[in-house]
Amino acid sequence: MPEDVPAIELDGVVKEYLAHGETVQAVKGVSLTIGEGEFFSLLGPSGCGKTTTMRMIAGFEEPTKGLVKLLGQDVTNVPPNKRDINMVFQSYALFPHMNVWENVAFGLRRKKVADAEIKQRVGDILEIVDLTGREKRRPREMSGGQQQRVALARALVNRPRALLLDEPLGALDLKLRQQMQTELKRIQREVGITFVYVTHDQSEALTMSDRIAVMNDGLVEQLADPREIYERPASKFVAGFIGTSNLLSGTVDAAEGDLLVVRLGEHDRILVPGKAAAGDTVDLTVRPEKITISTEQPESGLSVVRGDVAEITYLGTYNSYAVALADGTEITVFQQNAIDSSTTAERGDTVWLSWRPQHSYTLS
Amino acid sequence: MRGKLGDRALYVYTWLIILWLASPIAVMILFGFNDKQSKSNTSWQGFTFKWYQQLFAIDGLTDALVNSLIIAVVSTVLATVLGTLLGLAVGRYRFRGKGVTDFLIFAAISTPELVMGASLLSLFVSANAPRGHITIIIAHTLFSLAFVVVTVRARVVGLDPSLEEAARDLGAGTFTTFRLVTLPSIMPGVAAGAMLAFALSIDDYVVTSFVNGSEQTFPLWIVGAVKVGIPPQVNVMGTLIFGIGVLLAIANAVSARRKTTH
Repeated sequence: MPEDVPAIELDGVVKEYLAHGETVQAVKGVSLTIGEGEFFSLLGPSGCGKTTTMRMIAGFEEPTKGLVKLLGQDVTNVPPNKRDINMVFQSYALFPHMNVWENVAFGLRRKKVADAEIKQRVGDILEIVDLTGREKRRPREMSGGQQQRVALARALVNRPRALLLDEPLGALDLKLRQQMQTELKRIQREVGITFVYVTHDQSEALTMSDRIAVMNDGLVEQLADPREIYERPASKFVAGFIGTSNLLSGTVDAAEGDLLVVRLGEHDRILVPGKAAAGDTVDLTVRPEKITISTEQPESGLSVVRGDVAEITYLGTYNSYAVALADGTEITVFQQNAIDSSTTAERGDTVWLSWRPQHSYTLS
Repeated sequence: MRGKLGDRALYVYTWLIILWLASPIAVMILFGFNDKQSKSNTSWQGFTFKWYQQLFAIDGLTDALVNSLIIAVVSTVLATVLGTLLGLAVGRYRFRGKGVTDFLIFAAISTPELVMGASLLSLFVSANAPRGHITIIIAHTLFSLAFVVVTVRARVVGLDPSLEEAARDLGAGTFTTFRLVTLPSIMPGVAAGAMLAFALSIDDYVVTSFVNGSEQTFPLWIVGAVKVGIPPQVNVMGTLIFGIGVLLAIANAVSARRKTTH
């Protein structure tokens, strides 16, 4: 993905604030590279440092330590108006006293672009975001989705090296949000500009991104593509933050090839890829949809645990089972409501849960 | 269900209030047309335009009005510029002495005019400053400043800080950002403050009477004329000042409507 010079490079970036006389580290050392044309997401809960990281890329915050590079050039101390980067703000920040056309032309006018070219470029970008014919509207006369697209056009018309988006869909309702997700992907493909997307919504990040940096407490916990992040979370935090995960903890019995045999209770035998010595305690995770629930003992070669069904929740396209193991650990299992759904487990039944070894991972 | 009687009572009550508020203005306008024969202009004696024709016939009154207009314009400009900058500072930033600044703004509004006038006089006397135009302008700027600060601050507090960041992000330097984004956004507050400042200055009597020296202003001249009878020209001048105010208000309303129906 990142070829030659990366679009954006962060090198050991730290941001400290002084709050009530105490130094607080909002970002504790982030290093990452974002390739040209990439759709890159910074994902994490509020207060994880993702917005601060983005604001340092934009130039609104200066890092306490570390470097920010744009196409290989050090821009750490360059003010935002001199950076070839544009941003879409969470509140859109459209200028209320200007109409759509004036809003979109603002950046080009500052760069003293010739009038004819401004006309051409503003017209083109308004067509891309599907707002042709609304040039004379004021922001407050438009719907949230339209304002969103004006904000996008206002940034993209400058043809920045990278576009930063700070929770841009946060203010929209669910339907519109899903529509805009697709729309954003389309626009990004069309203009071919690097997108850096800040969000706390994991499904948004998974849907749109080429790569995701999951942040927690001022650090990047994992940086990978969406599939890897979901299927192979690198830490307890990532496993818990992205989707639903079952976290298990057990003692290593033995190593069989490159699989570990982990024991929880008497009837439980978990196979998981990894390296550890017998007697070690390991944490591992498995997604609810990877687990099969059955009332009969499953074939060998699978990870197998036994427990009692504590709760069944009907969720439309699938059922969610909460199964309590002997040691009290509760495991969530999703089962599709397919026609041939074989399980007939009821609340209180003792069931077997099984999954393939490659569907679980040890966690650091 | 509220009865028709209630509706009618509200209707009558509303018009009584409007009548009550408008009657002093109506009387002022009306008596500018009074063909009075006696010294005092307090009873209706017939219609005439002659006071409009002889508007500037009383030298002292004309001079006082010109003085008042000059003082009002200068102090409004000063108070608006200083008050806008101060309003931005207290609305936006946290700094050492912000608490004291806030208190002083509040104090400038709440201090009784008598106290302010007397203390300003003793200040000017002890500083050996000759009283006149300059001291009146200083005093008027001082008491209208706080009103500008309050109206501007209200706009600044409600201003989305990312608006200015967006301007910076799109390539505008700090001054261009202020000129193209910040100032237009807080303009309603600035304009309201300026109008208040002008209105406070043009009819101030109490503070002015302490610091005027031998200088006459419109309100001072009128109060001085009460004993000998106020000439109808005063009504005419009042009517004209009021008329200009009404025209400004209409122009403002029309331009606001034009903006929204774009």
